[in-house]
Amino acid sequence: MDEQYNEGLPDGQGQSAGNPRRDFLKKSTLLTAVALTPGVAVKAAENHVDEHVAAVFEKLPVDIEINGVKHNVLVEPRVTLLDLLREQLNLTGTKKGCDYGQCGACTVHVDGHRVNSCLTLAVMVDGKKVTTIEGLAKGDELHPMQEAFIKHDGFQCGYCTPGQIMSAVACVREGHAGSEMEIREYMSGNICRCGAYPNIVNAIMEVKAGGQQV
Amino acid sequence: MKQQELLNIPPFTEGINRVDGKLKVTGAAKYAAEFNLPNMAWAVLVPSTITKGTISTIDTKAAERAPGVLKVITYLNAPKLPGYDSGKDPSKPPTGGGPLRLFVDNTVKFNGHPIAMVVADSFERATYAASLVKATYNKESFQTDASKVLDKADTPKGPRFADYKRGNPEEWQNAPVKVEEEYIIPIEVHNPMELSAIVAHWTADDKVTVYDKTQGVKSTQNAIAQAFKLPPDNVQVITKFVGGAFGNALRTWPHETATVMAAQMIKRPVKLVLTREMQFNSVGFRPYTWQKIRIGATADGKFTGLIHEARAQTSSFEEFTEGTVNMARFMYACPNVGTIYKITPVDTNTPTWMRGPGEATGAFALESAIDELAYKLNLDPIELRIRNHADTDPENGKPFSTKYLKEAYEMGADKIGWKNRPSKPGTLTEDGWLIGYGMGSGVFGAGRGRATVKATMQSDGILLLQTAVTDIGVGTGTAMTQIAADAFGIPSSKIKFELGDSSLPPSPTQGGSMITSTVGGAVHDACLALKEKFQQLIGNGGSDKPDYAKVLKDKGLQQLDVTITSSGSSEMRDFSSYSYSVHFVQVKVHPKTGVTRINKVVSVADSGHIVSPKTARSQVVGGAIGGIGMALMEEAVIDHRFGRYVNADLAGYHVPVHADIPQIDALFVNKPDYKVNPMGAKGMGEIALIGMSAAVANAIYNATGKRFRELPITPDKVMI
Ligand code: FES
Ligand code: FES
Repeated sequence: MDEQYNEGLPDGQGQSAGNPRRDFLKKSTLLTAVALTPGVAVKAAENHVDEHVAAVFEKLPVDIEINGVKHNVLVEPRVTLLDLLREQLNLTGTKKGCDYGQCGACTVHVDGHRVNSCLTLAVMVDGKKVTTIEGLAKGDELHPMQEAFIKHDGFQCGYCTPGQIMSAVACVREGHAGSEMEIREYMSGNICRCGAYPNIVNAIMEVKAGGQQV
Repeated sequence: MKQQELLNIPPFTEGINRVDGKLKVTGAAKYAAEFNLPNMAWAVLVPSTITKGTISTIDTKAAERAPGVLKVITYLNAPKLPGYDSGKDPSKPPTGGGPLRLFVDNTVKFNGHPIAMVVADSFERATYAASLVKATYNKESFQTDASKVLDKADTPKGPRFADYKRGNPEEWQNAPVKVEEEYIIPIEVHNPMELSAIVAHWTADDKVTVYDKTQGVKSTQNAIAQAFKLPPDNVQVITKFVGGAFGNALRTWPHETATVMAAQMIKRPVKLVLTREMQFNSVGFRPYTWQKIRIGATADGKFTGLIHEARAQTSSFEEFTEGTVNMARFMYACPNVGTIYKITPVDTNTPTWMRGPGEATGAFALESAIDELAYKLNLDPIELRIRNHADTDPENGKPFSTKYLKEAYEMGADKIGWKNRPSKPGTLTEDGWLIGYGMGSGVFGAGRGRATVKATMQSDGILLLQTAVTDIGVGTGTAMTQIAADAFGIPSSKIKFELGDSSLPPSPTQGGSMITSTVGGAVHDACLALKEKFQQLIGNGGSDKPDYAKVLKDKGLQQLDVTITSSGSSEMRDFSSYSYSVHFVQVKVHPKTGVTRINKVVSVADSGHIVSPKTARSQVVGGAIGGIGMALMEEAVIDHRFGRYVNADLAGYHVPVHADIPQIDALFVNKPDYKVNPMGAKGMGEIALIGMSAAVANAIYNATGKRFRELPITPDKVMI
């Protein structure tokens, strides 16, 4: 089931038989044909009939594990992972700062890798594991990076912070926290307009130097 | 080597951690757009595609038919807001003008002027439907380039902006050494990371709750109450967290009112989040400003005359003004000073205050010109400033409440290694890079306004403080907690500070570096009053550090509270009070590519007693970084043929990123000014940025011998 909707992924597996998306395409073609009949077309449009029918088929089932919790959701293919999290699943810890992949506020981990969730369609993470800022702490016990951000005051307004922290954890895991300069380079996709940069870098250096499991 | 570098982590400043830190690092802090209510709908705005004119037709049929659409609002079907009828008409020519209102008529006043709002049952459906709204226009000719209409600038009404004259300002011309130069700053946009957002929810026919990005819950409450002609108590504004604002949420913008209207129309909660692009033309910006400084000095460096002139853009429908030229009047001892401030209308939306506001613009020009004068005089720029140090306020003759500017110069010069600065520009090199040092100073008025704070000792021994202030990120809650801990004499862990709700006791809007002083003063006074109330309850002979929970229990009380309104003392009127900053920068400039890198930054603040060292340090560091952005990168570019921004996103509008910023030293003189408030604290939000862009420009001159008088100083300009 999971593999069926992978064609949108970079390593997509292509489609398999019985794909509901194909069915949808067929049906919508049919609908279009019907709609071409003038009187019917006008009537259907006026009653929103075509849209109501289409709306059902426009949604695709997606299975995602978010912070260890399995979610089966029906989403339109145009819904980004970011908007799915914020607007539909009420996981608002992940932030929208630009919606264009330019600021890093929306950074989450997909199968352990940092990605901009605003540039990721929800259907692309079908079958994947997503970790958001809400899933970083173990219950009441904060992740070392969260502790270090508090200690070094790695934020002011806190809006870029979830993205910075998710990026920072990945930065250490990737082995890109070898020096102050390297950290700055590999954290440059995360803008902080409050200007907490030096504090963020210090927090990351401390976590890296502490050698804890991140 | 690497290991060593890693272990060489600079020590963090002492002081308590941010009281809301845990909420921020776990994603639990809720910003305006994050209040998802049952049955909520999403709104999306449709911007005009022309710059000026009128809408001749607007076709909303396709949008209305699109799936999930609940309403398409345009000027044709928007209800008349009762409060809009009685207010001034913003389309009348500016005599002060009036704020923009949406969907009241068919006029288009700037590119991106919202012409419709689409409300649907999902964000995606609203976004798609918004793309289906089609308008045709009667286009009119327009002007968005303020530099082309500087000659049409006029002096704004009101005494604060009248030309200022002390002695004979023209004396500068007779000086043996003089500088007469023009300085330009482009449009800059606040661009906080959080997008402007509002969720409006009518809880009854005449009652509305809004979750809003605002710097002032009380002022937004009043603005909405006025527009809808409701008693203010029927409007509740909730702003628990603000994801940065820097001035762009000081006003209640028309899209906020329009969202409240939409929620009323469809009888469902409505959420609107502006796109990043819309941040450029919906929520203000720092205006394009042309300035001219004329300054003369004696051969030994005494200023003989100074004229600071500025002309800035405003919109065609509203006057925006700021204190661009004010610093020239009181920063230095000079007998002959003149200032001239004018604004010129163009076809953009109205500018607004952006961090440091006009003073940051003015300080770029003034502090650059003084640097230029220092080189002409062959004097160290710090020495020149010390020779013209104002011991009393030259504008009004009053003594300063406190002023430790000279100490600040010294602390910063020491820390950056000012003695290594080459006195001859362009002479210090390292690995093919030119090295230079520069400094600039900033100043901003320090005052104390009125605020009301309720202090409650709860039965669990927690002291709860409540007031309707917001925290745009500076750490208001943290600072207030420390003030209360000092005043009440209990550990900060026993204090809870509640803010961000208009139903709490009134506090002012967060802006102008006033909150620590104003709200802090009221917190302090409320704590003392509550302590006093406890002493009366306990009677003579009791401990002055009682176990408060036990006292309440013994007396059979659930809680004990006081509500105190307080403001500055009348003694303040006899003094001039300012916060000062001095910024030092070491840059390296690559002569072939024109790239400037910031090597070192030292920012020193003379802002009274520092109540919250950790957050204060972050505020100064953040301001310095804002100033670096202003100096090197920030510019919102309009293609004046179309009147449209061409870089309205974070890829095109450059702000500093991690790779641009080194470690930054924030130093504090940390001497109290008890005339301003009982904590002796003065604001630092603005001074953290004011003067920084001049420091960078001056350092680039020291490195290269090239003087840049137009910001931002991008590589293409520097390239030799
Ligand atoms: S919101 Fe995704 S990068 Fe900015
Ligand atoms: S903390 Fe405000 S944007 Fe980074």
